[in-house]
Amino acid sequence: MNVFTQVVDWLTDPDHWRTTLGIAGIPQRLGEHLQYTVIAVLIAAVLAIPLGAYIGHTGRGGTVVVGVVNSFRALPELGLLILLVLALGLTLALEAVTIALVLMAVPVLLAGTYAGIRNVDRAAVDAARGMGMTEWQILFRVELPNALPLVLGALRSATLQVIATASIAAAVSLGGLGRFVIDGNALREYDQMAAGAVLIAVLAIVVELLLTGVQWLVVSPGLRKNPRGRVRARGARSEGIDGGDPR
Amino acid sequence: MNWVLDHIPELLSASGDHLQLALLPVAVGLVVSLPLGWVANRWRVARAILVPVSGLLYTIPSLALFVIMPLVLGTRILDPINVQAALTVYTVALLVRSIADALAAVPESVIAAASAMGYRTGGRFFAVELPLAVPVLIAGVRVAAVSNISLVAVGQIIGVGGLGFFLLHGAQSSPPNYQEIVAGIVLIVLLALVVDGLLAFAGRAMTPWARKRAGVVAR
Repeated sequence: MNVFTQVVDWLTDPDHWRTTLGIAGIPQRLGEHLQYTVIAVLIAAVLAIPLGAYIGHTGRGGTVVVGVVNSFRALPELGLLILLVLALGLTLALEAVTIALVLMAVPVLLAGTYAGIRNVDRAAVDAARGMGMTEWQILFRVELPNALPLVLGALRSATLQVIATASIAAAVSLGGLGRFVIDGNALREYDQMAAGAVLIAVLAIVVELLLTGVQWLVVSPGLRKNPRGRVRARGARSEGIDGGDPR
Repeated sequence: MNWVLDHIPELLSASGDHLQLALLPVAVGLVVSLPLGWVANRWRVARAILVPVSGLLYTIPSLALFVIMPLVLGTRILDPINVQAALTVYTVALLVRSIADALAAVPESVIAAASAMGYRTGGRFFAVELPLAVPVLIAGVRVAAVSNISLVAVGQIIGVGGLGFFLLHGAQSSPPNYQEIVAGIVLIVLLALVVDGLLAFAGRAMTPWARKRAGVVAR
């Protein structure tokens, strides 16, 4: 098929792999994309994980979290980006996009951390309390390690959500791999557009696989029930910590 | 509010387009993922292939998937079908796993009882296993519907976006038309919330036996 070869040609053209005369190449765009993503995910993690852990540990405000998270899923990320960039002005477009990306990541992380802590076997928490652990020790030695699969799972979905949203940052005049799609569309160059889309998809899949690997390495072997590393909220509750579930 | 009051017909017709762009894929995706979920639950090998593959498909960002669709389907680049096909892929990717899990969660004893009452495999699936899977199924459909409604707006970047039109158009007007942008966002969120509520209601109506334990249901 002709389009395929066009896209392969575009991707293998050495001119597209270096930045010349102010025309950004693939490495620069990839760098921008990763930069937006990493900064936003870090900020979001610093904000959301402690808050989620607090809410999960005390049980206060849980319903609010669930409600906020559900309504954020309905919010169109394109609209959020546009409004923030207009509000802060083009000179602060990077800050505006970062805020938008953080806003996309926080609810996912908050919900994951909250659910992770809530789903820790109550018997384990009671046992820890019975052994005389302080509330902080319970949080750090019992609840967080047991919640790790869900917290890391949330970190993974938040990162992917941010990568996806960062790819539409180009629509509000910023960089990132989405630039190729937007520019290709504006110039009616489908090869550039599709090549950009392929790059975004590959980036997302590579990050997903990497983070899945990290999750598998970091999570305690005792919690490693599911070979795909996706311990679900319901699963975590029913399969428990010592889980003899044969599945 | 002036702009909004002057443009109610446009807003309404864009809302209709938006719903159709978002929800047709949910319907098609549900029909496609039922047999796939059944297969994934039935055979271990099928599950080992279908679940990771749908997981990876689900990770592909929407803008990328919209643009890649013409490569896969051979459609025209600005055809609305690309957006709908991509959203169908997301729906299937989301539902296959939850259907397989829901079917796997039906207790062995219930299946044995149904078989003892004379149900054959096919009849048992529709009369016993599927209804028991409805709460999980509805939870999946709600997530798919809400995220599709929000994702359609991204399609506006390649020219197909229902209410997304007002977001980009408002931003590109000079001076920027905030009323237009906010109206677009508010309508998208409203559509998502209404559809979500209707689906939740439908789910409860379909599972009268679960009503006693509301709140425990799925998710």
